Amino acid sequence: MIELEARTAPSLWMSILSPIFALLITVGVATLLFLSLGKDPVRGLSVFLVEPFHGVRALTELGLKSTPLILISLGLALCYRSNIWNIGAEGQYLLGAIAGGWLALAVTNAGIDLPRWIFFPIAILAGALGGGLWAAVVALLRDRFHASEILVSLMLVYVANLLLSYLVFGPWKDPNGFNFPQTVSFSASTELPRLLRGMRLHAGFLVALGTAVGMWIFLFRMHRGIQLQVGGPSPAAARYAGFSSRSALWTTLLVSGALAGVAGAFEVSGPMGQLTPYVATGYGFTAIIVAFVGRLHPLGCVLASVLLSMFLIGGELAQSRVGLPSALSGVFQGVLLFSLLACDTLILFRPRWRRPA
Amino acid sequence: MNELASLVAATLSAGTPLAIAGLGLLVNERAGILNLGAEGMMLVAALAGFAATFHSGSDWVGFAAGAGAGALVAACFGWLVIWLNTNQYATGLAVSLFGGGFSAFVGVPYVGRKLSERSDYSVPVLRDVPFLGQALFRQHPLVYLVVGAAVAVAWFLYRTRAGLVLRAIGEAPESAHALGYPVRRIRLLAVVVGGALCGVAGAYFSIVYAPLWVEGMVAGRGWIALALTVFATWRPARVLLGAYLFGGVTMLQLQLQGMGVNIANQLMSMLPYLSTVFVLVLISRNPAWIRLNMPASLGKPFFPTL
Repeated sequence: MIELEARTAPSLWMSILSPIFALLITVGVATLLFLSLGKDPVRGLSVFLVEPFHGVRALTELGLKSTPLILISLGLALCYRSNIWNIGAEGQYLLGAIAGGWLALAVTNAGIDLPRWIFFPIAILAGALGGGLWAAVVALLRDRFHASEILVSLMLVYVANLLLSYLVFGPWKDPNGFNFPQTVSFSASTELPRLLRGMRLHAGFLVALGTAVGMWIFLFRMHRGIQLQVGGPSPAAARYAGFSSRSALWTTLLVSGALAGVAGAFEVSGPMGQLTPYVATGYGFTAIIVAFVGRLHPLGCVLASVLLSMFLIGGELAQSRVGLPSALSGVFQGVLLFSLLACDTLILFRPRWRRPA
Repeated sequence: MNELASLVAATLSAGTPLAIAGLGLLVNERAGILNLGAEGMMLVAALAGFAATFHSGSDWVGFAAGAGAGALVAACFGWLVIWLNTNQYATGLAVSLFGGGFSAFVGVPYVGRKLSERSDYSVPVLRDVPFLGQALFRQHPLVYLVVGAAVAVAWFLYRTRAGLVLRAIGEAPESAHALGYPVRRIRLLAVVVGGALCGVAGAYFSIVYAPLWVEGMVAGRGWIALALTVFATWRPARVLLGAYLFGGVTMLQLQLQGMGVNIANQLMSMLPYLSTVFVLVLISRNPAWIRLNMPASLGKPFFPTL
């Protein structure tokens, strides 16, 4: 019988190795899955593991997909470190997208010709306000009425989704759009500044990387950041030290909501260029996996975002190249998180062989 | 009058899966385990139930498949959180995300398929009673069975020794362990039972309620069922009450849309979610009340030291 034995101290090695083990298990599951579906596993795996890195265009697409994931997962990492379970980032992302879309729509309809570098910061602000507002509802209900932030934030995802479809089916619908649920295409002045000629990668990617650095400084080099994190593992200690759990609640939720909102604003004015129901991509949920795979650490979040973008792009390619539904990437995401959580046990426990008594 | 009768009938039908899942999660949570994977388990079960009914032609095979699928997913969850001591929140989320992705992937061939002829389950003589017949007696048998299930769960929890042990484990696993009860095995059992019930609820959506398979068709009702257990302050009878309340809100909204009330249907569809939030706020307002009723070890890890 293998039994678990508590380690005296958490193993640093295991906390770094665990995501790698998890990735290996996921690749193993993927191989079995491809075999059982009668597909060539080498071909299948290369779609997921190699092609997303192949060539400049593929790399920029990877960066483009990573941008929202980095932004959202950084906010979630902050929340989870402080033991605030915001799982409704998808809703905050959507509200950011709606706010960004509203702004772009206003600029388009008014026919204002803005330089892109002027519109860019305003779009960030709009997204942050939209997402922050949605998260503030969660914070308010938790703070004032003790309502579970898990359930409230998740319910608001469905509300945000319906709000988006109300807007694109109703008041914001393109009158000349053949009745498709979408807004007019936004004007050129609302496009985000591109980083490379001919590629879709936009300046938001740099914002995401900058946010990661900022988050690192905040978490590990600032008193306020430390305060927030004490409340996570040991609320009693935080109380004793006089750190307010209410301010931790508000700070983490507002920051993560704002970051998710910025991600949403980037998506509508970046790759999408209009509001459609397809803005709801599930990035908010994928980012939860990113945050855990990235060990709730800013650098880890960046790396894990690239990894998960690889899965997302692989899923899209799997559809066109291997003839498998793109939902495949959802399966792999789930398996990855499962095996990660299982492997994480090794951080705190050591497996021991013990003869059955 | 006719509208009222059909509203009652629809409310019962919509409340039933919520009640079944809520009861399952209640058993689960009474043992101290919080399973945020309800949505994922229900999706996997909805697909399993639909596929089984599609191939066998029998509802009951479908429900059995749903229960089995739910129990299997729950067992994986249980093994992770109970034996490997993983974080219950994170693992439950993993179940929800995995269940969504997995069912979408496996379910592709079933999208757009129809189940064969549905059996008529209405109660022979009673269905023709004016008003009551339409409101109560033209339902799937599960709609009546769920009331029995609520009674059974209440009886089990409060009137049997096993129920007492289960509640003791949920309140104080260390003490139960010290008394020699196999805490981890009992918790796993509770999780599996909860999963099976969530599975039946999931299968109800794809076999009776819809009846078809669409990706993500549970549409947050797994989460609403989780909210129900809080709303019910972990009491079986109140789960039933809450489920019909939510069912009623969902259906009232649909009926108003049908009657041509001039509000966009997307805004009306927000009602069930908004009312869940509203009810959570109402019930959680008094933290002492929740603390008094919540199983004390809910969501906390328990690792037996010898």
